[in-house]
Amino acid sequence: METFTPAIPAQVPSTFRGGRGNPPPFAGGGDDGRSDAGPPDHRTRLRRARLGLAVALTPILMLFVSFTSAYIVRQGLPTLDANSNQLVRDWLPIPLPTQLFLLNTLVLLLSSVTLELARRQLGREAALAPVKGIPGVSLGTERRIPWLAVTIGLGLTFLAGQWMAWQALADRGFFVATAPSSSFVYLMTGCHALHLFGGILALLVAGAASVLHRSLDSRRIIVDVTTWYWHFMALLWIYILALLEFAH
Amino acid sequence: MGLVLLCIIWLITIASTYFFVAKTWWLPAGASAATAAIDHQFAITFVLMGIVFVAAQLALGLFVWKFQDRGSASRAEYSHGNIRLEVIWTALTAVLFVGLNLAGSQIWAAERFRPADEGATRVEVTGMQFAWYFRYPGPDGKFGLTKPELEDPSAGGEAALGLNPADPASKDDVVTGTMFVPVGRQVEVILRAHDVIHSFFVPAMRFKQDAVPGLAIHMHFTPTQTGDYEIACAELCGLGHYKMHGMLKVVSQEEFDKWLAAREAEKQ
Amino acid sequence: MAGGPGGGKTIMVAQEPHAHAAPQGFIRKYIFSLDHKVIGLQYYFLALTAVFVGMFLSLLMRIHLVWPAAVLPLVGEIKPETYLTLVTMHGTIMVFFVLTTAPQGGFGNYFLPIQIGAPDMAFPVLNMLSFWTTFVAYLVMLAAFFVVGGAPLHGWTGYAPLSALQSAGPGEGLGADLWITSIAIFCIASLMGALNFITTTLDMRARGMSMMRMPLTCWSWFITAILGLLAFGVLLSAGVLLLMDRNLGTSFYLPLGTINGQLTGHKGGSPLLWQHLFWFFGHPEVYIAILPGMGVASQILSTFSRKPIFGYKAMVYAMLGIGLLGFMVWGHHMFMSGMSPYSAFAFSIMTMAIGVPSAIKTFNWLGTLWRGRIQFTSPMLFAIGFVSLFVSGGLSGPFLAQPTLDIPLHDTAFVPAHFHLIMGVAAIFGIFAATYYWFPKMFGRMMNENLARIHFLFTLVGTYCIFMPMHYLGLAGQPRRYSQLTELNYLHPLVPLNRFITYAAIVTVTAQLVFLYNLLWSMFKGPKASDNPWHATTLEWATATPPPHDNFGGHTPVVYHGPYEYSVPGAPQDYVMQNDPATVAAH
Repeated sequence: METFTPAIPAQVPSTFRGGRGNPPPFAGGGDDGRSDAGPPDHRTRLRRARLGLAVALTPILMLFVSFTSAYIVRQGLPTLDANSNQLVRDWLPIPLPTQLFLLNTLVLLLSSVTLELARRQLGREAALAPVKGIPGVSLGTERRIPWLAVTIGLGLTFLAGQWMAWQALADRGFFVATAPSSSFVYLMTGCHALHLFGGILALLVAGAASVLHRSLDSRRIIVDVTTWYWHFMALLWIYILALLEFAH
Repeated sequence: MGLVLLCIIWLITIASTYFFVAKTWWLPAGASAATAAIDHQFAITFVLMGIVFVAAQLALGLFVWKFQDRGSASRAEYSHGNIRLEVIWTALTAVLFVGLNLAGSQIWAAERFRPADEGATRVEVTGMQFAWYFRYPGPDGKFGLTKPELEDPSAGGEAALGLNPADPASKDDVVTGTMFVPVGRQVEVILRAHDVIHSFFVPAMRFKQDAVPGLAIHMHFTPTQTGDYEIACAELCGLGHYKMHGMLKVVSQEEFDKWLAAREAEKQ
Repeated sequence: MAGGPGGGKTIMVAQEPHAHAAPQGFIRKYIFSLDHKVIGLQYYFLALTAVFVGMFLSLLMRIHLVWPAAVLPLVGEIKPETYLTLVTMHGTIMVFFVLTTAPQGGFGNYFLPIQIGAPDMAFPVLNMLSFWTTFVAYLVMLAAFFVVGGAPLHGWTGYAPLSALQSAGPGEGLGADLWITSIAIFCIASLMGALNFITTTLDMRARGMSMMRMPLTCWSWFITAILGLLAFGVLLSAGVLLLMDRNLGTSFYLPLGTINGQLTGHKGGSPLLWQHLFWFFGHPEVYIAILPGMGVASQILSTFSRKPIFGYKAMVYAMLGIGLLGFMVWGHHMFMSGMSPYSAFAFSIMTMAIGVPSAIKTFNWLGTLWRGRIQFTSPMLFAIGFVSLFVSGGLSGPFLAQPTLDIPLHDTAFVPAHFHLIMGVAAIFGIFAATYYWFPKMFGRMMNENLARIHFLFTLVGTYCIFMPMHYLGLAGQPRRYSQLTELNYLHPLVPLNRFITYAAIVTVTAQLVFLYNLLWSMFKGPKASDNPWHATTLEWATATPPPHDNFGGHTPVVYHGPYEYSVPGAPQDYVMQNDPATVAAH
């Protein structure tokens, strides 16, 4: 076996106190060794997933910060008008289908509530799971509202509503390239819709979890993480709407 | 191996420094009013960075030779660092770098913060794929309006710029492919571009500025010696970027007046 | 269990069955593996193919520049637009698929979990997806060469309107759309990777591995991931807007204008917007490219000086400072752009400021060598070379950072001289150093030291011969991205020096074949390596060579020491492993 052997002088450990070491002075380490026994437990997996989500939301935020700065700069941007050899500002805000947007906002906020309910429902299910395993115990047949399915429905409703809003804009003659203001409207609402659709896909995966033989714990984690993502998307939508309505 | 490394590092350092000091390949002779200040700032930066460069590389070469493992005779010093040293060299570096920058900021202010003088020679410089055009305002002192729809590069001259014949001010505008300016007087350039970003670069004038479509950028420089100076495009603009060049001819005031008068007469 | 001849004692903790069992079958083991070590190697080998593609393109560039009329075998005659395509794709492939891939995706993926004592990355499935997404981005990028019109010619920086107008030049049609799409896909892949790195570093360190006991390599990967997290989203937004301008008729970047006498059909947009968005990403990107190399240099200089790194805390703060300031300097790419001269002044001050933490790191590297016991192993040679190249490349920065001096230097050969010395050589030396250092751990064999020395000598001297003269060319006013030097009179005297550079490039690229041969041959035929052939202290050397599937064979390490405890007075050997429970000065 080849070893790189530098010439190390043989040290006589005269003053060295060998033997058992002290445990490390600081706790250190993200885990603190809690995961020493067995694969990571639910609490660890959930914490890790939530941390991952917080990290993941950062670039999404940066994307919309970037669009915002382009939006604000563009509004004030002077450009050379050949007809007068002067620098002019050519920003014209377009009329938005505000009522439709507000309705969609309500739908989205409602879906945040229903998803939160779904998340807690799963939590209760997990808490009761060990009890349900005991033979002879019956908790009665709860009437369970399928909050998850409701949320997916509301989410799709929101997307359909956005589609209708784009139709309304198109009917008024505002397409993506009509004016700079219309470009930004389509850009930001479109990117938001795309991200929300990603959230819907995650919920569909969670919903199909039982069919895919995923554990209850895994379902809980997906739903928990998606719930925070969803709330973020709702807040982001409110921000975008406010930007488009007021900052022009 | 330590000695080999020392020799290589020291040789590279000495060779590179030699060519910088000898100015074997260097900035072309400057012929503008800003040259003295810019070249002076260059010199200061060179000397200071040069000292750091030589010191750091020589130290690196020296250390790897001096502290190489020589068997049982060698011992490494167990040290995690020295806070005082850290503070000292951080402070020194900060003073050096920021100080150097502030020293040069006056020149930048003079070149770029202040608008052109009243009596400057005004030339509009337009870049397009792949040629430079120069426009003089003519006796009326006004640049005529241009229209993008009228631009026809294949026709050259006024047509390439898309001069608007409906505007009376454009009738006397002189458009050339060579840039004439009188010596000793400030030149105000108004930089424009039709299609993509170009950059108007005259090394001898220590002058460079991007020409951006959608903008008319006002800059100035003052030529101090007569002569012919090449203009290079210094922003990638397409396949003809390498051959998008022009010529700046700095002539005496009398010659310039004669030349301009002759061009203006052609426009009558 | 005693570690082998070089290993320290490993403390035993209760058996920990790994979260996912070792995979069976070729596809799950080597293609769609969830194991961060396999994924790391996949990234590395992707970067290896990319670097040879990139080098080949640059060789064609150099040859054409000095012999424009030459007709080359296979390639034929190179037209001016083809030259610019080479320029564009060389830069793009090197920056994204080599420098943003090998140091972080390659070595970071492989060694971050092991060095912090974790069994894998936080999200193994996401990790696997991030590699395959990068691979798709790579294929899309290469596809640009083969479509109608070919690859784009707008430079790796893709300035609008040149990149936004389909008729601005050959290759600006479908080729440019593929280029943008590839970069957008790459953004997403990078963001997925950054997610994993950050979560893993924050949440999965073993007991005793506090943040301030992490090896500097881990710090560099962590900070690089944060930079990527903040920067790639902005690049993605820039690319989305560019695709919209090109294909949907919007005018984010496009003002009123004509091209070849035809109205473009756009108006009101700003070319400067692209530059702001691109460089807001682009500047942190260059720190993404260099920080892992700095981490590796610190690790290797310490190991082979048999000395702790000089000023560990200062090194950490310096990297944090570089990361933070890196987001505040982007305007220094735009001094000549038509941006406000007042902004230029502000960016210039910030840029000089960022020179300070870089200088601190250099002083600390020299301080590590001072009074060390330096051993000239192949990784150490490249780490020493890294320091020299970083000094050289870094010191041309203060020229470009001053807007006054940028007037004559912007867009001349001085700029590629500067960034190649740092990115194109120093960062690459970081990758070489890491390869030679970790090869034994990854492949269980040693690379050949004699071939390594030949590789080192030719590459160090060769790259200096290529890039040091470029400073002189820039001073003399040679502009960038010129496909030939025939048209301007003042460029004619510069041709001989350009020829010298081309000859140096041919020799240097050829020398890389020595590395390739050494790498591939040693993978299969190199002498077998022990667990810790370098007698190093960090956790990867405390486990088997190559590491088992869960990295530590069921024994999670517990950490007692800082990462660079070399030549500790009183210790039985001149290194104390991080997980050695023996009592020495606690650090």
